[in-house]
Amino acid sequence: MANTATKSQKIRRSLPEAWFAWALITPAVIFIGVIVAWPLFETFRLSFTDARLGGENYVGLENYAELADSRKFQQTIVRTFYWMFLSVSLKLVLGLIGATLLNAAVPGRALFRVLVMPPWVIPMAIGMIGWLWLYNGAFGVLSGTAQHFGIIDKAFEFLAYKQSAFYSAVVADVWVGTPMVTLFFLAAMQGVSRDLYEAAWVDGAGRWYRFRRITIPQIMPVIVSMALLSAIFTFNSFEIIWILTEGGPRNATTTLIIDTYKTAIGNFKFGEGAARAVVIVVLLAVFSLIYLFFLNKVNKHYGVK
Amino acid sequence: MMDRYTKLQMAGIYAAVAVFLIFILLPFFEMFMASLRPLEHLFRSPYQFWSDDFSFRAYRDMWVTVPLLGRYILNSVFIAGSVTVLTLVLVVPAAYAYARLDFPFKNASLGMFLGVNMFTGAVLLIPLYRVLSTLGLLNTYWAMIVPGVAFLIPTGIWLLRSYLEKIPVELEEAAYMDGASRMYTLRRVVLPLAVPGLIVVGTAIFIGAYAQQFLFAITFNQTREYQPLPAGLFEFVGYQTVTWNEMMAAALTGVLPVMVIFLFLQKYLVAGLTAGAVKE
Repeated sequence: MANTATKSQKIRRSLPEAWFAWALITPAVIFIGVIVAWPLFETFRLSFTDARLGGENYVGLENYAELADSRKFQQTIVRTFYWMFLSVSLKLVLGLIGATLLNAAVPGRALFRVLVMPPWVIPMAIGMIGWLWLYNGAFGVLSGTAQHFGIIDKAFEFLAYKQSAFYSAVVADVWVGTPMVTLFFLAAMQGVSRDLYEAAWVDGAGRWYRFRRITIPQIMPVIVSMALLSAIFTFNSFEIIWILTEGGPRNATTTLIIDTYKTAIGNFKFGEGAARAVVIVVLLAVFSLIYLFFLNKVNKHYGVK
Repeated sequence: MMDRYTKLQMAGIYAAVAVFLIFILLPFFEMFMASLRPLEHLFRSPYQFWSDDFSFRAYRDMWVTVPLLGRYILNSVFIAGSVTVLTLVLVVPAAYAYARLDFPFKNASLGMFLGVNMFTGAVLLIPLYRVLSTLGLLNTYWAMIVPGVAFLIPTGIWLLRSYLEKIPVELEEAAYMDGASRMYTLRRVVLPLAVPGLIVVGTAIFIGAYAQQFLFAITFNQTREYQPLPAGLFEFVGYQTVTWNEMMAAALTGVLPVMVIFLFLQKYLVAGLTAGAVKE
């Protein structure tokens, strides 16, 4: 009793908890406020203007009306979602395969785990320079090997054709994103209790059965949250496409983010660029909300709080 | 026994690992090979798998072709280092508040921080350009440091918070009971205990800061002397030819700082980053 009395006395003596907490987070809040929140607010405002280098006038919904009428822009939206779904699916599948392999109890796995990480560690811009060279038609190894084995009969310039450029960019994006996904899946797999596997093993369950019925359900929460994170990164992915193709050839790799950059920074149409940025924010927010709703259900299904 | 594989299964696993690693490492391997070839042999078609005159010449010539190369690499390290320090200064108190204290709008403000992850610099470039211009930061190191910090704060708070939550609260309570102020407790009790976590989070931030410089550099900085490596590398793209071999040599040299840090700390880094993925 006496103890609690002194404790509450001491607490009264010092700064109230809530004040102290807000004092601690205020610097970070101000920083984010100036560098992220205010620009975000400005983006909304600019999207209703025709801002360019000279100045700006309020134009109401004109920018949005233009976007809604533009077939090119609709194609860009579809392309961006296709880019995201394709790339994220591949990352998840490869990450799952990679994590399963690295989780296998074979000699050398500690080394393999380190060797998987470089694409994540190095700057994307530098990794993309490597891919530019790989995709080179006349002098690159991919075209060279394919010619060597007679798959193609002359040099193939991967980034010069609409289809191949798009899928080449997807492969490069998957290359960048896979290590992180692999790493998280691996950590989750190692967190699965061995007892579960042993019990199943005693009952005669094979590897595939154990993978399907124990590993996958146990790491499901990590899979779904990684899928969302990965989707947001991929949707927003700028450097990969910009360095490989700058959105070309003939817009084949132009995603929303590239389109926004080209409009705003390339052509100095700040207002029209801002409207595109708002579309990105809204689409991502809606997508995330729908996804989180779904995530909630999955977590409930697998008994996670 | 459960984990035992037959010889055939072992071979299968190694073969699959090999395919996976080839995909991951092929670009690095080819960059290295390209850096060893003389330029005229690089431009040989059909593709040659082997050249007879590999040399490290490009690693010497690159400093001449792009005289500022050394500066670019130092700039990269300097920018990433500054971003790391500044981010940690902002993140440590905030992460502590979220890990330990109870206050109004706790979850809402944390959600706001994490929501920042939904945007990349690319979405906010236009107004961000104006903000930086108003603050007089364009074409300085700050133009690349300041946005860099903003986009790493959320991840920093998230990672450090989960680390701080694992430190036993009893020590703080004991110090507090002895009459230490809240600030003193944070500085003298929590921070020393959190050093391993700070190293992990600091490394993660450094790697992130090293990686994200390209966009901010090409958009907010026109001063050549301040350019970081990912932007500076494109100087190897000349009007006439691209000196690919030297560009590859420079790229590989430029990632050394971050690769060395990663290799030294990878064990802790991986454990720290994925702490949230493992069920307690």
